[in-house]
Amino acid sequence: MTRVAPSTALRADDLSFRVEAKSLLERVNLHADRGQMVGLIGPNGAGKSTFLRAMAGVLRVHEGVVWLEGEDLAALPAKEVAARLALVPQLAPYTHGFTVRELVLMGRYPHLGRFEIEGSADDRIARDAMRLTETEEFEARTLDTLSGGERQRVFVSRALAQQPRVLLLDEPTANLDVLHKLRVLDLVRRLVDEGLTAVAAIHDLGMAARYCDRLILLSAGRVLAEGAPEEVLVPEIIESAFGVESAVYRDPATGSLAVSVIGPSAGNGVPPPAARVNGWSDHEDREADVVAPGAKAVRP
Amino acid sequence: MLGTARLTSLRDFRQAGISRRLAVGGAVLTVLALAAALVSLSLGPVDIPVAHVASIVLSAVRIELADVGRTEQLVIEQIRLPRILVGAVVGMGLAVAGATMQGLFRNPMADPGIIGVSAGGALGAVIAIATGATGLFFLALPTFAFVGALAATFLVYGIAAVGGHFSMATLLLAGIAVNAFLGAIVSTIIIVLPDNEALREILFWLAGGLDSRAWEHVQISAPLILAATAVILLAARDLNLLMLGDDEARAMGVRVGLTRAVLLAASALATGAAVAVSGTIAFVGLVTPHILRLVLGPDHRVLIPLSAIAGAVFVIVADTVARTVVQPAEFRVGVLTAFVGAPFFVLLLIRNKRRAQAL
Repeated sequence: MTRVAPSTALRADDLSFRVEAKSLLERVNLHADRGQMVGLIGPNGAGKSTFLRAMAGVLRVHEGVVWLEGEDLAALPAKEVAARLALVPQLAPYTHGFTVRELVLMGRYPHLGRFEIEGSADDRIARDAMRLTETEEFEARTLDTLSGGERQRVFVSRALAQQPRVLLLDEPTANLDVLHKLRVLDLVRRLVDEGLTAVAAIHDLGMAARYCDRLILLSAGRVLAEGAPEEVLVPEIIESAFGVESAVYRDPATGSLAVSVIGPSAGNGVPPPAARVNGWSDHEDREADVVAPGAKAVRP
Repeated sequence: MLGTARLTSLRDFRQAGISRRLAVGGAVLTVLALAAALVSLSLGPVDIPVAHVASIVLSAVRIELADVGRTEQLVIEQIRLPRILVGAVVGMGLAVAGATMQGLFRNPMADPGIIGVSAGGALGAVIAIATGATGLFFLALPTFAFVGALAATFLVYGIAAVGGHFSMATLLLAGIAVNAFLGAIVSTIIIVLPDNEALREILFWLAGGLDSRAWEHVQISAPLILAATAVILLAARDLNLLMLGDDEARAMGVRVGLTRAVLLAASALATGAAVAVSGTIAFVGLVTPHILRLVLGPDHRVLIPLSAIAGAVFVIVADTVARTVVQPAEFRVGVLTAFVGAPFFVLLLIRNKRRAQAL
């Protein structure tokens, strides 16, 4: 077995995951160095959430190995994994009347022994996490009184309270308004510059290009393209993954890449599936979109 | 600091730290439990003044307060005290198991009976009575009931884990099926049983009661229920995370399968031990954690220990009422908890619904 260099915070080797005959992940690879932010982009149902869940150890893949700081994730105790790696879910779960503060404090779980309760140090860490995500003002409220964006920030906050060295985010900005989208991504970027490693599924291609060091474009469970934003965000690649015609240019206002979608690609308006572009048979891949990556049935 | 803030309302209390909620809630409920026990000890066919009760109880630790009659001493020591202790322990077991089930099922409507424990216990007891096994040895009835309760739980759990993939939804449905099936067997036995005396005994047991409970009953139920409560308490934080979903819990480092199996086993043990010594006492496991959750919030590290004490208070009070309102006859405590618990629960539901609509 190869020992992975410690500068690689997270590495996924050939992850494959199937539900019945359907392949949701097909030999997907990733490596993220310490202090890097990697963006996962791709159409709905491409396997981004499944991939993130596999790398968090929540979902056991059929083939492939996830290396967390050079160690096989599957061989590490769950608590040890959670002390190093945190996952921000795409949808906030139903929280049964726990207050924001209680939820954020739950992030301390992997750091506490069975006979310990949270002390003042944990309180301080939770408070810092809430301050960073601006959730402090509603710390005493329950989640059902908050907006979707506020909930999302609460779960970012809880992940930060875990004090992870690797942070996985599943569409962290999907429910956020423009301002909070910038604030959350600015925060993650700042933490990454301080040494955190982040892998984030991001829908907004422009945002992904602006904040990530590298992008991985997934389509139908496979890596379609990988590299610096300039290498991945190319009209031909975007067309093959999303089925749209687009223009990619450098935004003079932000200095980063921007993608303007012009319309469905020429022809019938149905996306030419990535699969065909690469010579794979396509009809199952389309159906993979229907299987929600978060669906309960996918656990083996 | 929240901890030092003055508690102006229950709403503020909900926001207090867990140590403070535990300390204040624990103190209030312990005082209630002691008061209920004292009053209960003094009430009955022979009225014994509370001062005498205190004196008799304290004489156990060699503190003599007042001169008390030998009869009074016997009534307290051999009849009322063991009965109250059985009641306390049963209430504790049912309430703790109820809180745990509600957490595991992520549903405040879950009841410890949901996994077949009560139905299994009932079948065990009915078999013991119908076959005359109760005459074989002193604790035959609770033993049969306990074995029945655990066997039913294993069956339900086994169905839910079939094929190596455990599912809470299947557990719930399997529980319903097994409950119905075991209930049908009990009904069949009752119908075909020729012996009227045994029949009376069965119906009596099914209604749930604490009459003529002796120290032996305390001895067999208390260790099991206390041990199960301790185990659940140690997994209380894991239960909090499990409430948010399996994936959530797993991502936070909880060993989901193991934790759930341990919690289910401990709840089954507590409920089984309670059912074995008291029959089926309804609504304690459902109502007690439900009310506490409204005041204390959902954190199981607070909810579990305080449910234990509150459940004890509930059963002691209900049993005292049951054995004193219609003297010299006796009301069944299981019937009383259902009579009082069910309407109270409905009131609570309506009130909550109103409040939710008002928001």
